[in-house]
Parts: sequence; structure tokens; C-alpha cells
Amino acid sequence: MKLIDVEDNTQVEIIGVEGGKGIASKLRQLGLMPGDQISISRRAPFNGPILVEASGRSVAMGRGVAGKVEVILCE
Amino acid sequence: MRVALIGQPNCGKSTLFNQVAGYKADTGNFPGTTVTFTESSVRVIGETIDLVDLPGTYSLTASNLAEKEVIRYLSSHHVDVILNLVDASHLVQGLGLTLELLELGKPLVVGLNMMDEAARLGITIDGPHLQQILGVPVIPLIASRGRGIKPLFTTVLDLSRNCTELKRIPYKNQQVEEIIQELSTKLQDLDVEWNREALAIRLLEDGSELLTGSDSQQLELEKKVGPYIQKITEQQGKTPIWVFSKERHALAKNLTGQVLTRGEERITWQTRADDILLHPFWGYVILLGILWAFFQVVYLAGSTIEGPLISVFDELIVNLNGINGKGSFVSDILRGGLQGISGGVAIVLPYLLPFLLGMGFLEDIGYLPRLAFMMDSLMQRMGLHGKAIVPFILGYGCNVPAVMATRTMEGRRDRFLAATLSIMVPCAARISVIFGLIAFYLGSKIALLIYIFNILVIALTGRILSWRILKESPGLILEIPPYRIPTLRSLLNKTWFRAKEFVIDAWPLLIGGSIFLELANRFNIADFLNLLTRPFTWLLGLPSAVGVPLIFGVLRKELSMIMLRQALNVTDISQALSPEQMITFTIFVVFYIPCLATLAALKKELDTKLMLIIAGFSVVIAMATALIGRSIVILFTSNGVLF
Repeated sequence: MKLIDVEDNTQVEIIGVEGGKGIASKLRQLGLMPGDQISISRRAPFNGPILVEASGRSVAMGRGVAGKVEVILCE
Repeated sequence: MRVALIGQPNCGKSTLFNQVAGYKADTGNFPGTTVTFTESSVRVIGETIDLVDLPGTYSLTASNLAEKEVIRYLSSHHVDVILNLVDASHLVQGLGLTLELLELGKPLVVGLNMMDEAARLGITIDGPHLQQILGVPVIPLIASRGRGIKPLFTTVLDLSRNCTELKRIPYKNQQVEEIIQELSTKLQDLDVEWNREALAIRLLEDGSELLTGSDSQQLELEKKVGPYIQKITEQQGKTPIWVFSKERHALAKNLTGQVLTRGEERITWQTRADDILLHPFWGYVILLGILWAFFQVVYLAGSTIEGPLISVFDELIVNLNGINGKGSFVSDILRGGLQGISGGVAIVLPYLLPFLLGMGFLEDIGYLPRLAFMMDSLMQRMGLHGKAIVPFILGYGCNVPAVMATRTMEGRRDRFLAATLSIMVPCAARISVIFGLIAFYLGSKIALLIYIFNILVIALTGRILSWRILKESPGLILEIPPYRIPTLRSLLNKTWFRAKEFVIDAWPLLIGGSIFLELANRFNIADFLNLLTRPFTWLLGLPSAVGVPLIFGVLRKELSMIMLRQALNVTDISQALSPEQMITFTIFVVFYIPCLATLAALKKELDTKLMLIIAGFSVVIAMATALIGRSIVILFTSNGVLF
């Protein structure tokens, strides 16, 4: 499923990033790679960005971006 | 000897640099504050070294301006020791870059910075063990308090004297390793300051930024590397850039697992602060409160200082006339110069200093990235994303720092759009027109309407530009750093550093412009200038005499206001201009060509062509909006709603 469809505070694992090369490389630089566990901690109102927690680091991500990140639920 | 300081954004490089070099680099709690490098000769423990503060980079792949700068620097300059700063509270991400640097095979020292923050998060790191695995010295640091700096540089100096061969940690993936080895043996004859394996890796990832040389050399190299890129892509199902970073990431995670223990987080006030400051409702209430308080303080501090300072200068100017005799050529020049200085000292600095101080505070504490998070959805509607809010807010103070702040945005498209829109934000100088003309003669409600009209025009322009002309923005991806308590020293230094930039760039212009203005008056070239601008003033229904104030407004926006009385030859402007004309004039002043200092900043941040495009575009927007404003006023006046 897509990261944007995940409920808040649920641990998921990144399995891939689709589409634009720019998004994938930007996430890669921030250390968000397939295999990493992340969760959504906050959402900005008015269809704003989400705040993603990844090993102690917070990353704000626009909804468009979060719609391109493919994740699976962690056990 | 030369030491290069490299680390990820916001890991405290510039803080460390300033600790040893005195305040020379701009710092801030916003990822990507430093875009160009700063080099400085410093004396540490009895030795002189050239310390280079390179912009923050997440990796050595060139995907934004800052990263390109780092790679270009590393491939074209000789560096004796690389000093890699790693944020201890984000070890996995930091080690990713460290592994890349290790691949270069140059003497490397790792400074484990922000140990205090890591401790607060309950993180302990086994430094000696990390040192053993990496095979390079690892020194714990708290750069903001100056702790650990001495042992760090002692190690750097030791290493520069007796350097041992460094070995990169091989990737787990055997197939990939073999290809790297194979290619590196074919690169022996290349003249680059790098280890061959590092070079092979870099070329496989993307070598375009790396090698300079004739076209035929480049072509030959591409022939060499091309087949290997293809081989990796076929084998692994992904391009080398992905394969390698995945390998490094896996290594970094593995390393971190070996040296890091996570205990209890000591305090969660950070989370609690975010619960309030990023709250879907209260967050925005507080945001408005903070911005309101900010502008109140700046306005209050500025206006309190401005009055007395101006009267001092006015007295000086009057005395000057007494000494030299009014109207002599020399006294005209002197008066012009003095007016320029007084404009800088008395009109601009009183607002600029508190503004920079307040902005620095919001930046250091870490509020600006949170502002970007909250404002993203609004900015999306203008075809931008949250990061662009920073140039916009800065723009209300002065457009020059606003244009500079577009550096933190990725890609030319976003920078161009953010710059084009942020120069439409009425800066402090244009506020003097809005307040001095509109609020003074027509009331503060009309002034507020002008502000709202301005915001609408900016939003609409952004929407139109991004709709047809420019491609869609890739969207917001921004690290939200933890809150940090700013130190007074760094705040004052930062304010001074930025104010100095203004003094050096803008003052010669102010003084020169003011002298020119006096001489223009003396030699009566006003009529000629008014004739030149007549097509514009005629279209807008303004008297031709406003041409000169408009032209001089390009030098300094407040000149449009200051010179208006003189140009119209009245003391009460309402005797010469109707309310409709005042509004048309003000709207035009708000939008047309940015001031010279802003143009210079645009040229520096973008290029001459884009600067000219933006300037031309601003005239079109100014004409259109002034005419629209004029029609609205005429419509309402005829209905008897206004005036």
C-alpha cells in the first residue's frame, strides 16, 4: 500500500518509491531507503504534508510524495 | 595544510567552523543554510591550517546545488585531511556519508557531534569500537559549547603528519564488488586526486560533475564506464546509484547496530512542544501570534530608534548648508552623500537589526522548518511547497535576504518561481509608501486592503505561472530538526554577519544614488525622465511628475515616497493626487521592478537572463494590477461605497 493510506503511529516498512527520480533520490539522501521502518506521527490540516518518523529523525513529506512511497505493514 | 569540513545538513559544521575561525559562516537550524564554501586560515594548537567549511550534503551524489559544490571542491582541490562531522543523534544517516568519504581513501577524521543531544535521546555510542571498525579516528564533540574541539584538531594534525593507508569497507554484494574492482584497474591512467576504487564508484553513479577535460577524453571515459553501468543495472535490476546507496545504507545500519545502544529518552518536551506548535488549530493561532508579535517588536524597536536618529542627520544636513552656502555644487554632493548615509543608518538599520535578530532566533530554535510544514498546503496552491514560506516571510523585511533564502530550494524551477513571487512581497521600504501615502491620507483600512490585494495577486500569479508555464513542483521533503536553544553569542554573531552583508552590498548604492539624485535635481533632468515614463504614467492616469519618483524608486523603494512631495511641488499630497491616483500609484510601486540591491541578489542567485525576465515581468504585473486596482476604485467611487 501507499504511505499516505497508512494510519498514524503504525510502523511500516518502505519497499519502494515509484515515479520521479527526484523524489527517490531526495528520500535516499535523507536516509529513507527500502527496508527502513517508518511511521506517520502527524498530519498538517487542509490536505497538508505528513510528518514521518524514521529512526529518530522527523521528515515532513507532501501528500504527493507520500502517495508515491510504497510500504508494507510491519509485524 | 588544508582541512575540509564535511557533514550532513544541520549537523553543526558551521558551528564548529565558527568556533575555531571566528564568525565567518552563516549558521541556522534549517537544513541547507550554507550553500557555498567558506575558507579561512585558522591557528589551532600552534599550527596554521586552512579550514574549509563545505555546504551540508547528505551524500556525494550531485542532486542539488550544495552537493554539486562539495563534489566539485573535492575533485578540484587538494585536501590534506577530511574532517567529517556526524550528528550522533542521527548515526545511521550520518554514517552513510562517512562510508562514502571513506571510499575516497583520503585521511579522514570523524567528529561525533551533538553528543549532548544524543544523550538526551538516551543514545550511547561506543566510540572506540566505531573507530576500530572504520579504521579512522572518531572523536566525540559538542561543537556548540566548544567541547572536544582541541582533541579533534590534535588528531587532525597527527593524521596529516603520519597518514596511514585507508581501506574502504567492501560492499556485501560480491557481484557489485567485482565490477568495481574491474573498472578501477582500467582507470589507472586518469589524472584525478582520488583513490581509483572511489573514482570507479563515483563514475558508475554519475560522473558528470567530476571530470573536466576535453570532449574526446570524456567520450573515451564514457566508453569505458558505460558497459559496466549497464552490467550492474542488468544484474541488480536497478541503476548503480541505487545499488550503491543501498549497500552503503545496509552497512551503515549494520555498523550502527554494533556501536549504538538506545536507552530511555530523557525528556519528551520536544514532542510536547510539537503537540502544541504543530496542532491543526492552535498551531496556526500560535503561528499568527508569533508573526504578529515579531512584526510588532520590529516596528516598535525600529520606530523608536528611527526618529531621534533622523533628526540628528537632518540637523547635520541643515548645518552643512550653513557652512557651504546653499546651492553650491559641493554642498549638493555632500548633502546627497549625507542623505544616503542617513537613509542607511536611520531608516534601514533600525528595522533591519531587530528583524535579523528575531529571524535568527526563530531560525536557531528550529521554528522555520515547522512553519514550512504548516504552510505547505497553502504554498502548494501557488505551485510551490512549504519551504518557500521562508523567503516570503523574509520578504516583508527586505527582498534581498528573501532572494538569498531561495537557495534552500531544489531545482531551478522552484528557485525561479519562489524568487519571482517573493520579490512581490512589500518590503519594509515599500511599507513606508503604503503607510506614508495610503494609511496617512486614506486610512489604515485601505492600507490593509492593499496588503490583502497584494497577497491575492501573489497567489494568483503563482498559480498561473505554475499552471501553464512551469512544470509541477515535486513536493515537500524536508527534515524537521529538533528544537535547539539558541546561544546569545551565535545570535548576535549571525545578526552582525548578515547586517554586514547589507552594509557592504547596499550602502555604496544608497550613497551613490542619493548623490546622483541631488545632481539630477540641480541639472534639471527631471523633465526628460518624466517624458520617458509618460507612456506608463499616462496609462495609469497619473500626473507626469510622478515619473522621477518612480524611476528613483528602483534605487531605493522608499525614495518613491520621499521624493513624491518634492516632485509634485506640494506639501500636502492630497492637493495633487486624488484617492484613486494614490491607490494606483501605490499598487504600481508595490509591484514594479525590484530595487537595485534585490536585482543584484537575483543576478547572483539565478543569472542575468532570469533577473531581466523577472524585472520585465514585474513591470507587466505592476501595470496590470495598478489598472485593475484603478478600475475597482472607480467602480466603488461611482457607487458611493468609497470616499
